[in-house]
Amino acid sequence: MSSPDESEKLYKSREPVFPRRVNGMFRSLKWWLMAVLLGIYYLLPWVRWDRGSNLPDQAILIDLAERRFFFFWIEIWPHEFYFIAGLLIMAGLGLFLFTSAAGRVWCGYACPQTVWTDLFILTERWIEGDRNARVRLWNAKWDGRKLRLRVFKWIIWLAISVATGGAWVFFFADAPTLLVDLVTLNAHPAAYGTIAVLTATTYLFGGIAREQICIYACPWPRIQAAMMDEDTITIAYRDWRGEPRGRGKMREDLGDCIDCNACVNVCPMGIDIRDGEQLECITCGLCIDACDEMMDKVGKPRGLVDYLALKDEPDERAGATPVSIWKHVLRWRTIVYTLLWAGVGIGLTVALFVRADIDLTVRPVRNPTYVMLGDGSIRNTYDVGIRNMHGEDTPFYFSITGADGIMIELEGEDGLSVVAPADMEYKQRLYLVAARGSLEAQADRTTLRIWITDGTTGDRAFKDAVFNGKGQ
Amino acid sequence: MVKKPETKDVENNEVGTTGHEWDGIQEYNNPMPAWWVWTFYATIIWGIAYMIAYPAWPLIKGATPGLLGWSTRGDVAAEIQKFTDMNADLEAELASADLTQLEIGSDLHNYAIQSGRATFATFCSQCHGSGAAGSTGYPNLLDDDWLWGGDIETIQETVTYGIRSPHDDTRLGDMPSWGDVLEDDELAQVIAYTMTLSDEPADATLVEAGALVFEDNCSGCHGETGAGDRDLGAPNLTDAIWLFGGDKAAITESIVMGRKGEMPNWNAKLTAAQIAAVTAYVHTRGGGE
Repeated sequence: MSSPDESEKLYKSREPVFPRRVNGMFRSLKWWLMAVLLGIYYLLPWVRWDRGSNLPDQAILIDLAERRFFFFWIEIWPHEFYFIAGLLIMAGLGLFLFTSAAGRVWCGYACPQTVWTDLFILTERWIEGDRNARVRLWNAKWDGRKLRLRVFKWIIWLAISVATGGAWVFFFADAPTLLVDLVTLNAHPAAYGTIAVLTATTYLFGGIAREQICIYACPWPRIQAAMMDEDTITIAYRDWRGEPRGRGKMREDLGDCIDCNACVNVCPMGIDIRDGEQLECITCGLCIDACDEMMDKVGKPRGLVDYLALKDEPDERAGATPVSIWKHVLRWRTIVYTLLWAGVGIGLTVALFVRADIDLTVRPVRNPTYVMLGDGSIRNTYDVGIRNMHGEDTPFYFSITGADGIMIELEGEDGLSVVAPADMEYKQRLYLVAARGSLEAQADRTTLRIWITDGTTGDRAFKDAVFNGKGQ
Repeated sequence: MVKKPETKDVENNEVGTTGHEWDGIQEYNNPMPAWWVWTFYATIIWGIAYMIAYPAWPLIKGATPGLLGWSTRGDVAAEIQKFTDMNADLEAELASADLTQLEIGSDLHNYAIQSGRATFATFCSQCHGSGAAGSTGYPNLLDDDWLWGGDIETIQETVTYGIRSPHDDTRLGDMPSWGDVLEDDELAQVIAYTMTLSDEPADATLVEAGALVFEDNCSGCHGETGAGDRDLGAPNLTDAIWLFGGDKAAITESIVMGRKGEMPNWNAKLTAAQIAAVTAYVHTRGGGE
């Protein structure tokens, strides 16, 4: 217990963290993941995908101006936003699944904050040396060498940050064109602004703030804490095996922990896992690698620091041998999450394959509900939209069913067909006319169905509509 | 300066307390990070600078204007000006355009329709209705019945010079009040005849005499068959549409009292481009010829 005398300052200064390099299974996994994730982020906008002459040839493109999302062979229109919503639901369920099974595995391996911080630390280590050298440099007085190393590091960090901010905008425009525009200062100010903001946040979050973001700024640790249960595997120190810790060769009264501080020195969050589970821990597994390495050296079994479920703690404390973590990962809760996740995924995939290439919207004009023409006939007006997702100009024919006495007319057209241009929503004003004295003209409301027929493929689409009569 | 970083040195895995205790309740010591506090101070400074730079303090009239002189109204005005400048070429083109040559779907046509929609809502909807469906005495612009003609040139002329307006080029053509001219029995006869023109039920005993009264007095403008005359603005009496109502009372009032609706000459108030725009808009509402 600390007394007020020990800490007179009301606010906590940041304790700088100098993670040491470590080798091991989890570190290797993280290197691979980092390469894949950064590769996806930086390179994906440059992948080309031929969609014909009318459409962009960028494999992944979020076209905000035209309101289209292109993903390889998939093209999403605004009215199909449920696909995006579905993907977000899948992402949510996926996080439930991973969190209930493996705790903060997202934080430790895949979160951009972690990946980019790892990249920044890698750069820092390359320029300034490993932990001890960096600690020395931190404490050293400013001289030419320190200034040179620091400035070099800052420049590399800035380059990474600019590349990160720059890669983002390429998802929203044709990447090669935009790159030329950016370099020749012809790009839209929004592109430069976005790059500037993301450059600043990347530099700040990855280079300066690092673990402070996870500890103080991110809500995710709090949310995840609520989703974990006693079967959730998390990183723990087997204190019943390790304690009492101590250095030296005389180990009769000591546990397996040789108090080498390797687990502390490699931790990017600057914590001691031996203090037990704590909010700061992002479960990146580096302390496991560090400890296993030391245990190998001193000839003790691995796993003093390990992935462990809380449930096993009392058993192991009583002397039971550790059980496989897969017994915890596979349980009804994770299976239900997996089924839900897969269910949404299958639903979206099916929806993707059965969705129509043409779509019709009908907006009845209700001011006025009907117009009487000179010959006493009754006319209703509808603003219709045809979405032609074919990729080429296509003729469409209008027809109606469900009301025999009603004729169709198109504003500005002589016949009953229009040519809807490729890949856009074509607007057309449609008139339905019921002759004087006809059933539909006299009725209050007549429900009918408006159809369009694709002139090239014969595909049809319909919308139900209401015809308003005089209501006498 | 920060010394060599140290690991946490807390016994029993517990955070220390502040040493404060109230009835046995102790307060954990989890201090805020210093940078967070500095961020807080920065937001205060930002807030003060913002109050100085932007309108902030409400006064009795208006608010403190701020050093930058920014206002939402100014933003709106600039935005409107931006679009006005952007559309200046189309506006100029529209002002002198031959509307009969307006190509549907062209930029100029789309601009005319959108601009015309706004103009109609501002200046025309008071009489003709927001949906252009009119009301008693104010023509419905959606149907195919036109008093003076429904082709785009005629609509443009009507909007420009009005009907029975003070402008010299306006078109005139009154429905006189026949109450002082015709005898009561002649009025009853011609009312009955008029109603039969559009297949409305009427007293059959009066119709034959009414036809004679019509021929003598009404056919000059409304034509022998009652089909009207657009040159004179004389309505077609044989169709189903009645500007002032088609029941016996309304027809009686029209004949006895006469009718004289007025459409203002909008060239006094609107620009040539606005008139062209609203003309194109009205022409595409379903009745255009």
